Amino acid sequence: MALLDTNLIRQDFPILGRTVRNGKKLVYLDNAATSQKPIVVLDAERNFYLNHNAAAHRGAHLLAEEATDAFEGARAIVADFISAQSSEIIFTKSATESINVVSYGFSNHLSKHDPFYIGAEHNIVVTQLEHHANLLPWQQLAKRSGAKLSWLGITADAQIDISNIDSVINDKTKIVAITHQSNVSGAITQLEPIVKRAREVGAMILLDACQSVPHMPVDVNKLNVDFLTYSGHKAVGPTGVGVLWGRSELLEKMEPMITGGSMIDSATIESATWAKAPKKFEAGVPNMAQAVGLGAALNYLTKIGMEKIHQHEELLTERALKGLQDISGVEIIGSKSSLNRGSAISFTLEGVHPHDVGQVLDDYGIAVRTGHHCAWPLMQELKLNATTRASFYLYNTPEEVDIFLDGVREVKKFFKV
Amino acid sequence: MSLESLYQEIILDHYKRPKNKVLQDKYSVEVHHNNPSCGDEITLRVQVENQIVTQLSWDGVGCSISQASSSVMSELAQGIPVEKALELEVSFLELMQGKGQVEADEEELEDAVAFSGVARYPARVKCALLGWMALKDALLRAGGSK
Repeated sequence: MALLDTNLIRQDFPILGRTVRNGKKLVYLDNAATSQKPIVVLDAERNFYLNHNAAAHRGAHLLAEEATDAFEGARAIVADFISAQSSEIIFTKSATESINVVSYGFSNHLSKHDPFYIGAEHNIVVTQLEHHANLLPWQQLAKRSGAKLSWLGITADAQIDISNIDSVINDKTKIVAITHQSNVSGAITQLEPIVKRAREVGAMILLDACQSVPHMPVDVNKLNVDFLTYSGHKAVGPTGVGVLWGRSELLEKMEPMITGGSMIDSATIESATWAKAPKKFEAGVPNMAQAVGLGAALNYLTKIGMEKIHQHEELLTERALKGLQDISGVEIIGSKSSLNRGSAISFTLEGVHPHDVGQVLDDYGIAVRTGHHCAWPLMQELKLNATTRASFYLYNTPEEVDIFLDGVREVKKFFKV
Repeated sequence: MSLESLYQEIILDHYKRPKNKVLQDKYSVEVHHNNPSCGDEITLRVQVENQIVTQLSWDGVGCSISQASSSVMSELAQGIPVEKALELEVSFLELMQGKGQVEADEEELEDAVAFSGVARYPARVKCALLGWMALKDALLRAGGSK
């Protein structure tokens, strides 16, 4: 296992060279919220607007052709990145939208033979570890359809508890929506038993991969799930573009959430029929420049190597976990080992509220997240109102981990705890 | 250093030893407010008699700024006419939204001027306002009760 050459990588991210409060060097450790962008991504967007901008899939002119090529080229890169087919990749504006698209694909108004029919006799399974983005759409679906919302709990180290999996995921389960990696505890979900159980009962599986796809190799063929979602901006890509991957046989049968231009096969004043996926799910002129930017982002990550990025983060995480445990009063949420764990480290500091921790760290130029991380059910289960979270990415260095650890010690000094 | 201007001693004192932070049984109105973006919460009880805030008690969880501000508020707004308490709230709100450009009236706001530094940290303004927003809500609801 080795660290990446961060000297080289950091040159690609000009923002990392800026100073923040009190002229301090920026130490950006809020990567689980959003990542910084390399110049190649900015250039790709700019180049699209400068040279090829037109409405993709529309128009009889050269620019429209070039815009279509750029947009579809990005789709191919996105597909390759997770070993999927281009026709299975849907561009959305965010992972949140992606999950909503799937939740709205289900309905109690469909024929009972439709795979997306859901009614009061069914249940939807989530987990206590979910981000609100992978919880609220399912709460809403349960309300609309009358289906029951069930969930898997968490273990002492904030992993998904599968001890009662056979009763929670049962023959009434329509879909299991789970996170691949917690944005709070960093826990990487051990999918095999959950997938196995879902398959036994014929339930679909949606994987929220926002915290995994940007940080480690992901191959949808190996995961054996039905839907996977992630957002571009957490993977050094632009904001405003999310990805939904779905199995083609399911996308073929799923109803679109958003209807409108360029998603039809035919239309009359009274009705319409849908185009094939992915177009069926991409009504309106798409976010072409952002998709192109995401393509450039994923190429950038691929060039560095996802396995190497994962190992780099593991080393940083190990250093941070070890260092934090040496500071009295620090309580780490979740596993204290870097094994099966992403780089998001949430912790509390006795006697100091996370907001105040974050404020002092900010004074040292260290950017972290504080609060409930859009995971209230998890916080309620942990009996916490908030935590401080540091999260690393490919451009972070061991020196930055040390600055962060020093910062936490400064917090203690400042608040005299 | 700017941290000291944000976390003045008075704030840290109120955080460690908050005033009136025991909910009293006697009250005309109880309100519960929270900051959904950070999870901070306050329950505030006010007793209003003859348009005077005769008792004010609260409980809550949150950062030093939100807890200290609620504590200071609970001292300032107690034993004064409802109308005066609402005026205080307006002055404090102006101070907080002033981006550090508004001069605090120490005579009027007393200990609450210690929060002047918060106005320079836009992300923390909502923390300082949590208790005061609860106060405003409670007093408006209590309005008219004699």
